[in-house]
Amino acid sequence: MNINWGLALDSFPYLMQGAKITLQFTIVSVLFGMVLGLIFALGKLAQNKLIRYISSAYVDFFRGTPLLVQIFLIYFGVPQLFSFTLPDNYQYIAGAIALSLNCGAYTAEIFRSGIQSIDYGQTEAARSLGMSHFQAMRYIILPQAFKVVVPPLGNEFIAMLKDSSLLAIIAIEELMYTGKIITGRTFQPMPIYLMVALIYLVMTMALSMLVNYTEKRLGKSDIRK
Amino acid sequence: MIYVSNLHKYFGALEVLKGIDIHIKEREVVVVIGASGSGKSTFLRCLNKLEDITSGEIVIDGIPLNSEANVNAIRREVGMVFQRFNLFPHMTALENVALAPQIVRNLSKQEANQIGMELLIKVGLSDKVNEYPRRLSGGQQQRVAIARALAMRPKVMLFDEPTSALDPEMVGEVLAVMRDLAREGMTMVVVTHEMGFAREVGDRVIFIDEGVIVEEGNPVEVFSNPQNPRTQAFLSKIL
Ligand SMILES: Nc1ncnc2c1ncn2[C@@H]1O[C@H](COP(=O)(O)OP(=O)(O)OP(=O)(O)O)[C@@H](O)[C@H]1O
Ligand SMILES: [Mg+2]
Repeated sequence: MNINWGLALDSFPYLMQGAKITLQFTIVSVLFGMVLGLIFALGKLAQNKLIRYISSAYVDFFRGTPLLVQIFLIYFGVPQLFSFTLPDNYQYIAGAIALSLNCGAYTAEIFRSGIQSIDYGQTEAARSLGMSHFQAMRYIILPQAFKVVVPPLGNEFIAMLKDSSLLAIIAIEELMYTGKIITGRTFQPMPIYLMVALIYLVMTMALSMLVNYTEKRLGKSDIRK
Repeated sequence: MIYVSNLHKYFGALEVLKGIDIHIKEREVVVVIGASGSGKSTFLRCLNKLEDITSGEIVIDGIPLNSEANVNAIRREVGMVFQRFNLFPHMTALENVALAPQIVRNLSKQEANQIGMELLIKVGLSDKVNEYPRRLSGGQQQRVAIARALAMRPKVMLFDEPTSALDPEMVGEVLAVMRDLAREGMTMVVVTHEMGFAREVGDRVIFIDEGVIVEEGNPVEVFSNPQNPRTQAFLSKIL
């Protein structure tokens, strides 16, 4: 079979449209994921047993099951549960929710271990000055934990960007899906998917450079001696 | 100023404090000595409720240490200095000192910085105001930590071996700050092995052995003429 390498270039503008959607889904899920992650990280460290239990259940479920299954549960399962008719474009909502919940679970673990990596003496010093639990967290622990979590958080974002390709299965026109459509019309999987791979590679490399840069910027007052 | 009666503290099944009774007057400097593991740190940490007490009663400046609200009130009145400084590494010296007055005492940033500057000058660090802790020597860090505790205008200061993590040449600068503080009339409880400091600055020394105060009295007398055999054995090792 003839390979039409030229198609890689011809498809590039269309694939970039898909890459734009990929980035949008990644950014949305990372933003919501960070909020969820912080909430459930604090939940896992809470005094209250019930809160701890709920937080662990959330984290365990979304880390312990495949993202694809989670997407299906939310895209196909949830509408059945509430027996409502699918709104137009429900796949976008379902996709964003699934990615965010998944990202939130991983981020919660990253935040939790970041918070726990801060010397307990810091909390004691803050409390001995009369700060409340909340103030100690807000002013002393979280700013330090944030620096610790930048590298693993960066890895999680990169993983999110790649995993968003699973959204192709529910027909969201992100990069992978666009590649699939073009391949279906042209029967040229090699050049098309190679170009898809290249675009993912460029995006993940750019993201990891951004993470490195942030890490350096934050190093100013450095925690470690 | 500080009343402690029949204080017991268990860690699980281990009884670390076995009925401590002590009354510390305003302006008094009490030095706590004792072997490693005897419960000195635990005693100090009970005084500002960094440890929950198992039973007994603690009253500081008229406030009983029982409800959560009182705990916060007492922590505002009781400053603590740790062996390992525990400065906030992401903040400059001045920020370390000025943070709590702002968020706990609700002072404006200017007022808090003003207090911070005064205290850093007082501990001899006027030229290190904007340095981060990692750029300071141990002695300098500990002096910032003292300034940080003082910024809350506490009525009592607790020191847990404030010089034992320091290189010998830095011990003096920290003790000098503490000496000044004592002279100004601060009520202080100091765990230390610096016997010279204890003798000179201490009004009273208490010797804790296995969770009980087995001897107390004027430092000069206790050091030169200890009554309890345990105290004698301990002192003979370190003097
Ligand atoms: N958080 C804790 N959990 C369990 N046991 C503890 C805890 N903190 C202290 N202990 C135990 O309590 C005892 C007294 O400890 P403490 O730190 O008060 O001794 P110390 O007199 O300050 O000793 P050092 O001179 O070594 O500082 C020790 O046996 C210690 O192992
Ligand atoms: Mg100790």
